[in-house]
Amino acid sequence: MTSDPVIKVRGLKTAFGPQVVHDNLDIDVYQGEIIGVVGGSGTGKSVLLRSIIGLLHPVAGSIEVLGKDIIGMSQHELLELAVRWGVLFQHGALFTSLTVAQNIEAPLREHTKMPQQLMDEIASYKLSMVGLPPDAGAKFPAELSGGMIKRAALARSLALDPDILFLDEPTSGLDPIGAAAFDGLIRRLRDALGLTVFLVTHDLDTLHAVCDRIAVLAEKRVIVIGAMDDMLACEHPWVREYFHGPRSRAAGLHKAAGDGPQG
Amino acid sequence: MTAGDERPSFELVTDDEGATVRLAGAWTVETAGPLFQELQLLRLPGRGRLILDGAALSAVDTAGAWLIYRLGREARKNNLAVDLAAMRGPHRSLIDEVAANDAPCPVTPPHKLGAVQLLEDLGKGTADLWREGLKFVSFVGLVVVTIGRTLLQPQRLRFTSVVYHMEQVGVRAMPIVGLMAFLLGIVIAQQGEFQLRRFGAEVFVVDLVAISILREIAILITAIMLAGRSGSAFTAQIGTMVLNEEIDAMRTLGIDPIETLVLPRLFAIVLMTPLLTFYSDIIGIFGGGLFSWLALDMTPAAFIDRLNAAITTDSFLVGIIKAPFFAAVIALAGCFEGLKVSGGAESVGKQTTRSVVESIFLVIVLDAAFAVFFSAINM
Ligand SMILES: Nc1ncnc2c1ncn2[C@@H]1O[C@H](COP(=O)(O)OP(=O)(O)OP(=O)(O)O)[C@@H](O)[C@H]1O
Ligand SMILES: [Mg+2]
Repeated sequence: MTSDPVIKVRGLKTAFGPQVVHDNLDIDVYQGEIIGVVGGSGTGKSVLLRSIIGLLHPVAGSIEVLGKDIIGMSQHELLELAVRWGVLFQHGALFTSLTVAQNIEAPLREHTKMPQQLMDEIASYKLSMVGLPPDAGAKFPAELSGGMIKRAALARSLALDPDILFLDEPTSGLDPIGAAAFDGLIRRLRDALGLTVFLVTHDLDTLHAVCDRIAVLAEKRVIVIGAMDDMLACEHPWVREYFHGPRSRAAGLHKAAGDGPQG
Repeated sequence: MTAGDERPSFELVTDDEGATVRLAGAWTVETAGPLFQELQLLRLPGRGRLILDGAALSAVDTAGAWLIYRLGREARKNNLAVDLAAMRGPHRSLIDEVAANDAPCPVTPPHKLGAVQLLEDLGKGTADLWREGLKFVSFVGLVVVTIGRTLLQPQRLRFTSVVYHMEQVGVRAMPIVGLMAFLLGIVIAQQGEFQLRRFGAEVFVVDLVAISILREIAILITAIMLAGRSGSAFTAQIGTMVLNEEIDAMRTLGIDPIETLVLPRLFAIVLMTPLLTFYSDIIGIFGGGLFSWLALDMTPAAFIDRLNAAITTDSFLVGIIKAPFFAAVIALAGCFEGLKVSGGAESVGKQTTRSVVESIFLVIVLDAAFAVFFSAINM
């Protein structure tokens, strides 16, 4: 972990008409770390993610990704930078007119020069990495289950071997075994590729298993950021409720922090 | 895409025990294409062992690791023992990762041979045409039953929705329908005058304009505009709802999609089309009159005089009676095609095209049937 953040957000303010989603929000994400972003529904996790990747224009503040200022960037510059990150949208956002394998090949076709055979092979191993059976390759998104869509979208976001991976609730809709396998995959890729992962999730197991740091979004900003121990020590009522609630007990967080008997 | 500046390369060195491939530079997804092609030209020795030496690699991502793994896989096929000991740790774990995921997948659904596929498509198309026809008839039946139920319980009618669609279908179509009718009125007057002048019968331009507009042109242009404007919109709206599982949600909530989606659109368009037709009658005749005045020096008073002599109530009724029927066809085809959407965005486009083509086709067919009918009853 180096000292220069790959993502640096300062004084971010976003709003939809009169509704302010973020106000004066700061967050840093460092090279090679997996940061988990949590917060109640509608606190603006997805909006934050979309702002960082330049899909939404904030009202005020600055956003730097990989040392470049996102705000005020031309569409063309943004496209060039976008090659270096992969995004898994909350609802998959697969191209419905392409098969799963063609979805994975789409970014390869757009940004690199490679023969079809190699593209097919890359699509095959990505598909297998995210835990999809080979026959899913020729299926269209409409023929997939919810969890399979998530996996296919993850495979597409990994297609270009990005430096930064933005994942919006990747494990929601996955069975627990699949979710655990996913956690393992993210960790292995991070270790091998030095990937930086911006992970929006509600899954306490994932937070516990893979995240180096956790950022909690509430009251329109990041109220606390740090390792799991910091979360457990935090006094903010929402954070207490979240990390000390019944579900966190199931995830074994208390034992990890060594506070109290299990419920 | 990991930034790596060094040009990727490899070099094959053979020795007594086999060979060593020295890999260097950045093996990443950007460079994988050319590397893949160069690697295909590599001739590996027939036996012994192959050392893959990755000490000089500056960057490797999964695409690069895949190429290295592939190289090893080829070597094993050649009965070479592959030695990865000289790869650096992280690179090895990447190679292991892709190796564990070597499972070729099909990219597209299986295709048949061209001619076979063509024959199959033809047969399927013919059978589908019949089946579609049956489905459409049963859909119309379902709508009629739902209308019957709604008539018995009028409070079930979504009144707000009907009014909303009346505005979308009717009021908002006025500028374009009016413009079309106006221009057609001028064109008919101009063409008619050109032909009739040869017989010195320019005055019959009025008859020509009035009768053709009232009986055919106004209703046809209105119906065609509605098919393009509203029928297509019905298909796209309902089709997108199907994709979004909204129709399924309605069914599970006990909300009848026919009642909530189809009936308001059907009622709105059936109510508005006669009004729109009446409106284009007026604008079309006005266009013809304007042309006669400016180009033929026929005063408005003379035009109206002639108009009175030329048309009867029947001419007007022939046009207006057809309106609700054409409207119903457009709404039914639009909604029917919308409910048939499945899969993805492409399907919405396909069904929308079909709905427009189908409804215009059916309108023309119905128009021909009406022509026969009206002449049989001397109207
Ligand atoms: N396109 C939009 N137009 C208007 N408001 C929006 C839009 N997108 C998001 N919002 C609002 O911004 C707020 C934050 O939404 P966001 O999608 O970021 O929530 P979230 O934290 O991702 O929630 P969840 O965990 O449920 O996904 C919500 O109140 C939402 O209503
Ligand atoms: Mg969200």
